[in-house]
Amino acid sequence: MAHTLAVLVENNPGVLARVAGLFSRRGFNIDSLAVGRTDNPAVSRMTIVVEGDDRYLEQVNKQLHKLVDVIKISDITKDAYVDRELVLIKVHAEAAKRAEIMQLVDIFRARIVDVGLKTLTVEVTGNEGKITAFEDSLRPFGIKELVRTGKIAMLRGFKSSSKSNSHKEEDES
Amino acid sequence: MEITAAEALVRCLEQENVELVFGYPGGAILPVYDAFNNSTIKHILVRHEQGAAHMADGYARVTGKVGVCLATSGPGATNLVTGIANAYMDSVPMVVITGQVPTTQVGTDAFQEVDITGITLPITKHNFLVKDPKQLSVIVKKAFHLASTGRPGPVLIDLPKDVALSKIKFKYPKNINLPGYKPTYKGHSAMVQQAGKIMMKSERPVIYAGGGVRISGAAPELLQLAETLSAPVTHTLMGLGCFPGDHPLFLGMLGLHGTRYANQAVTECDCLIAVGARFDDRVVTKISGFAPEARIIHIDIDPAEIGKNVTTHLPIVGDLKTVLGAILPNLEKKDNSRWLKRVCRMKEEFPLSYSQEGRLKPQFVCEKLNELKEDNAIVVTDVGQHQMWAALYMRFNEPRCFISSGGLGAMGFCLPAAIGAKMGAPERNVIMVIGDAGLQMTMQELGTAAEQKLPLKIFVLNNNRLGMVRQLQEFYCDKRYISVDFEFNLDFAALGRLYGMEGYTINTPEQLTELLPQILTSPAPVIVDCIIDREENVYPMVLNGSAISEAIGSGKRRMEDI
Repeated sequence: MAHTLAVLVENNPGVLARVAGLFSRRGFNIDSLAVGRTDNPAVSRMTIVVEGDDRYLEQVNKQLHKLVDVIKISDITKDAYVDRELVLIKVHAEAAKRAEIMQLVDIFRARIVDVGLKTLTVEVTGNEGKITAFEDSLRPFGIKELVRTGKIAMLRGFKSSSKSNSHKEEDES
Repeated sequence: MEITAAEALVRCLEQENVELVFGYPGGAILPVYDAFNNSTIKHILVRHEQGAAHMADGYARVTGKVGVCLATSGPGATNLVTGIANAYMDSVPMVVITGQVPTTQVGTDAFQEVDITGITLPITKHNFLVKDPKQLSVIVKKAFHLASTGRPGPVLIDLPKDVALSKIKFKYPKNINLPGYKPTYKGHSAMVQQAGKIMMKSERPVIYAGGGVRISGAAPELLQLAETLSAPVTHTLMGLGCFPGDHPLFLGMLGLHGTRYANQAVTECDCLIAVGARFDDRVVTKISGFAPEARIIHIDIDPAEIGKNVTTHLPIVGDLKTVLGAILPNLEKKDNSRWLKRVCRMKEEFPLSYSQEGRLKPQFVCEKLNELKEDNAIVVTDVGQHQMWAALYMRFNEPRCFISSGGLGAMGFCLPAAIGAKMGAPERNVIMVIGDAGLQMTMQELGTAAEQKLPLKIFVLNNNRLGMVRQLQEFYCDKRYISVDFEFNLDFAALGRLYGMEGYTINTPEQLTELLPQILTSPAPVIVDCIIDREENVYPMVLNGSAISEAIGSGKRRMEDI
């Protein structure tokens, strides 16, 4: 089963290497990983999707916790959450095919962000199901290039996996 | 007044009460060495950086303090790697300081540049690259805190030369903030209660004690637990000494080369209390056959160790001393006499044994050493057959008396670790039990030992071959021996004399018996080349894929029949 982990980390150099290195050396597989700063510039948030059973996830969790730069880990899989991924797709689009592609773009509420002589570049956001469906429907036209950000996720409602407000600057005195 | 960051670093070490550092200078770390000129800290010049790391390691294991070692950038730093990995695997508190090329050159493949923070990522508890000189003192404080608290381990600080030369105002911080680092010390109270209940219900308990007992200083609590529950105690290699070896409840080491009675007791027990141990593959050998009838209580400070290798029935995360201290008041004295009788029977029927026939036996050397060594003597071993013989045939009554490379199994550890141990405990006798191959891996440190005038007692169990590898080839390669025999024979007694030691070569048990008393009491450093039986194997031995109850050696009778 795929688990979605929201991981708060200190925004130190090398923190991504620490997390990625941990996954590779312990033989954990990352399905997707997205990372960026939070509202607190000293803290970054990683959204990591990992496939595995509960025992496996427990090890992933505990090993991640051992990293000094990791502040908090929330496995939000079982909670209600919103997840999004942004994908850019460059698709072959001969003049004759353009209308058809644009129709698909409309249906999926995607956007055309660049128009080339023989290609269209399309941006789409959504959850994994929607993105996979969109990708599948564009495939017959010939996908020239595809890039996805990896999934980001946030709990619904008042609940939060971010506890970074208490984060203090280092005592330099 | 402003000082350089390098000077600040040395001041930080003074603030952390560092007395000794082990290292090897070089270009990138020049400013730091310069700063030692005005310090009370003693710097020990080694012969190879690996030696510096192992010395800091040995020093830390004996004193319980943080060991510190230094090296320059590039090759200096990479030479430390084995020593760092060794400390990491055995949870030894260590701070490692490396020089780095100036920040302006970082990433340019400059002379003696290597990404040591990248290289040591998986073998340090944490590491730092100092980019801002103003952060230096905070980083050092963090490094010492991380190295010595929770589950200890090595922490590396990489200091670029230009940062080291920057001027800063020095102030050592009182507090540090590590939001992602909060070790649990106190055990969960419901779990503590529950553990007490399971222990009281158990009729056949066994305690399985690891190096965590030593680190936590929980030996008195362990003794009390064992005596209250009448629970026999078996040890990992790292745990030896944490429970008195002379105690009737002592079972010796378990696992791959464990005693038959320890392994059998674990197999038959109904409650296995794992304290500061991690169920590693040398202990468990085969998961399905390990303590199959037992409810397993696992107490450890590192939550990641719980459930990693075996399924635990009751986990308690916390500091061992604190957790055992909380469990003990809930217990009442039990006698479990039937179980103790059974265990006693196992000990009588399946004692450690070896044949005295033929040449000088390594087991005999260990037994003799054991007989004559003082109780507080520190025994340091290398890795291989001699290590197992020492662990099996010697008894240790105090923690921090037996020093060995456990997790990493790094040959070459013994001599530098013994130097560090002796420097940490100059008043205690330090006895090295080492193989001829392991000594040749780091024997350049004999120079360091001579320079520091350390009266080490070195016992080389010399079979002129790689005994353990030969044993493996005998069992697993159908005796197709390859690359396990040295064709060049070294006279270690003569080698010792070159370094100002007394040197002896011993061929017979009689010679050993005669010379040993004077060797152990001699104020001089001594090397004793013990020419042992080349064919001797370590028994008992659990073959690959077998459970610990299926060991070979030490008698052919079946445990079930007694």
